[in-house]
Amino acid sequence: MSLGLTSASFPKNAHAALANPPLLKAIAHIEETLVGGRRRAVDALPEFDALRDAGRDIKAHTLKHLDLYLEAFEKKVVEAGGFVHWAADAAEASRIVLDICQAAGARRVTKGKSMITEEVGLNAFLGANGITPVETDLGEYIIQLRGETPSHIIAPAVHVNKEQVAADFRRVHTDLDPKRNLDEPTSLLAEARGVLRERFLSADVGITGANFLVAETGSTVIVTNEGNGDLTQILPKTHIVLASIEKVVPTLEDVATIMRLLARSATGQEMSVYTTFSTGPRRAGDPDGPEAFHVVLLDNGRSAMLGSEFEDMLRCIRCGACINHCPVYRSIGGHAYGSVYPGPMGSVLTPSLQGLEKAAHLANASTLCGRCESVCPMRIPLPKMLRHWREKEFERHLTPKKARFGLAVWRFFAARPHLYGAATRLAAWGLARLAGKNGALSQVPLADGWTRWRDLPAPEGGTFRTEWAKRGRK
Amino acid sequence: MTTPKPRVGLFVTCLVDFFRPTIGFSAVKLLEDAGCEVSVPAAQTCCGQPAYNSGDRGGARALAEQVIALFEGFDYVVIPSGSCAGMIKVHYPDLFVGEPGWRLRAERLAAKTHELTSFLVDVLGVAPLPVTWEGTATYHDSCSGLRELGLKAQPRRLLSSVEGLAVREMSDPEACCGFGGAFCVKYDEISNAIVDRKAADIKVTGADLLLSGDLGCLLNIAGKLKREGSRVEVRHVAEVLAGMTSGPAIGGTRK
Repeated sequence: MSLGLTSASFPKNAHAALANPPLLKAIAHIEETLVGGRRRAVDALPEFDALRDAGRDIKAHTLKHLDLYLEAFEKKVVEAGGFVHWAADAAEASRIVLDICQAAGARRVTKGKSMITEEVGLNAFLGANGITPVETDLGEYIIQLRGETPSHIIAPAVHVNKEQVAADFRRVHTDLDPKRNLDEPTSLLAEARGVLRERFLSADVGITGANFLVAETGSTVIVTNEGNGDLTQILPKTHIVLASIEKVVPTLEDVATIMRLLARSATGQEMSVYTTFSTGPRRAGDPDGPEAFHVVLLDNGRSAMLGSEFEDMLRCIRCGACINHCPVYRSIGGHAYGSVYPGPMGSVLTPSLQGLEKAAHLANASTLCGRCESVCPMRIPLPKMLRHWREKEFERHLTPKKARFGLAVWRFFAARPHLYGAATRLAAWGLARLAGKNGALSQVPLADGWTRWRDLPAPEGGTFRTEWAKRGRK
Repeated sequence: MTTPKPRVGLFVTCLVDFFRPTIGFSAVKLLEDAGCEVSVPAAQTCCGQPAYNSGDRGGARALAEQVIALFEGFDYVVIPSGSCAGMIKVHYPDLFVGEPGWRLRAERLAAKTHELTSFLVDVLGVAPLPVTWEGTATYHDSCSGLRELGLKAQPRRLLSSVEGLAVREMSDPEACCGFGGAFCVKYDEISNAIVDRKAADIKVTGADLLLSGDLGCLLNIAGKLKREGSRVEVRHVAEVLAGMTSGPAIGGTRK
């Protein structure tokens, strides 16, 4: 896997994030840009909810027959003159990509934005084997310069502000005039474009992900807003698509349906600026395109999710809507999760990919408010699946001892109404006395998690059931 | 011959029982005013959410059995909480997968269980007796009630009949307050960041009263506002609707 995965120290990561004002300022923009954008786009499309049903059904159907559609896809790719490689895990996928690059004599590869390459840690692996990967999506390029991982699946550099980008460009682009003006986003963009243009032209291999794999045609589909994906896959002699198995859909018609959901849910656009279909290598008479076309299909734990309580997660189209609407993500940003995929979708997916032992915090670090599910274009029941992970954690006795003990004590009393009544009566009376006229407590034994940040409103005094009985009621 | 009064079992919830009986009495008043015969089974404790949301299905199931046995004899079960009502309506049947007998009992209970404001508006279709509250309120949509039960218009509709009361909406009334049960103490720092935003959104409205239908959220928000020295009063929507507002607000100073 890629740069340090630190889900196990989630609370510490979150603490650091909350003490980082520039980060908090940067992620606050999500409200207007992504959340606001989605709301406006959805409000303008009356059939949006019907489309969500259709999208969910397409994906659910495909997952029921995944083997069939993947084999159909493979056949079509081969017919078009391409190659398909099956990778069981991250290590195998990286190995396959490296082999293709080495066979092509590659020294430098360009990359379109791809979360799957993040998942397998491809950049580090290629770098260690003497091949220089260059990210060409602006956000990915920025975080590559910074030595960071994406903090968001569609806006990888959402945690960075433009002053930081300017400083990074000055640090790395040392051949440019040190006195140049980098105050405006447009000047940053122009500089990145200039630098990347040369990289595009000198790349030996282009690597992209895929938003869809189309079984009926053997096409891979990417959507981008910068056109960098097209230059990545058209200019070099070899194009490698690295995609996970659940990206397949049966037909072009299905792509069209889900496309209507994807950009609206992600950025609030009706469509991304570029939507590119790749079917095999360059044919005789094609004006451009790669000479070799490879698709690497990654499993990495996904087939084990089929038929399990986590199967619905494989419907995910990586739009990021759940992330944008998550109150936890919006408080701490993506890096605190310590995983490749942050936010609700990441908290469901990560334990499947990394193991629950390392990722148990993620399933618990949610209020289960349900806003993620309410905006998910694929209607994935994310809170339900977070709860499933909590159940697995409890079954496997991974729940922290303190929490388990507290739960056992609560359970003992809650199952014994008389005892429960007596205990709560005493505690309510005690706390009310302790609070006195203030009506709230600023410190309570064993409740410092609460009182560190807020007062605890005091009980009124008698419990409801005592007061009710006093009135002679049943 | 008159129609017999609907027999309502009030599930008062563990939080209301412990922290704020006034909400329970307000619910009783609203139900009785609406012509119901209200009982409060004495052996009730908790709906089981703490166990359910901590992954302890067995613990949740044990409490669900207790609640089902205690309440299945009523015509209706009414709860002054969206999250506890959601637990019974949405999640109880799921606790008994593969056990047709219990599952059926859970489904029957689910079908006749209602959150208080939804029961008054959607089931009985009544308006509460006239009450007055002079001031401006803002309403926080608690997550479970909103997203599991579709509560949104019901409390607002009931509040529209309160004399003197204006409701001014927050910019994002549907944003979570950060309570989340055990979440608020397990990940207290994040919980605080979330309730911080909620408190700020409340302040912007200029309202002098914050209302909601779930005591968990109300304790969290009231605790935050109090710590910040805010003068905004925090109350359960039932208290205002029933006119039981002579006592101190949640976390408010006492005479």
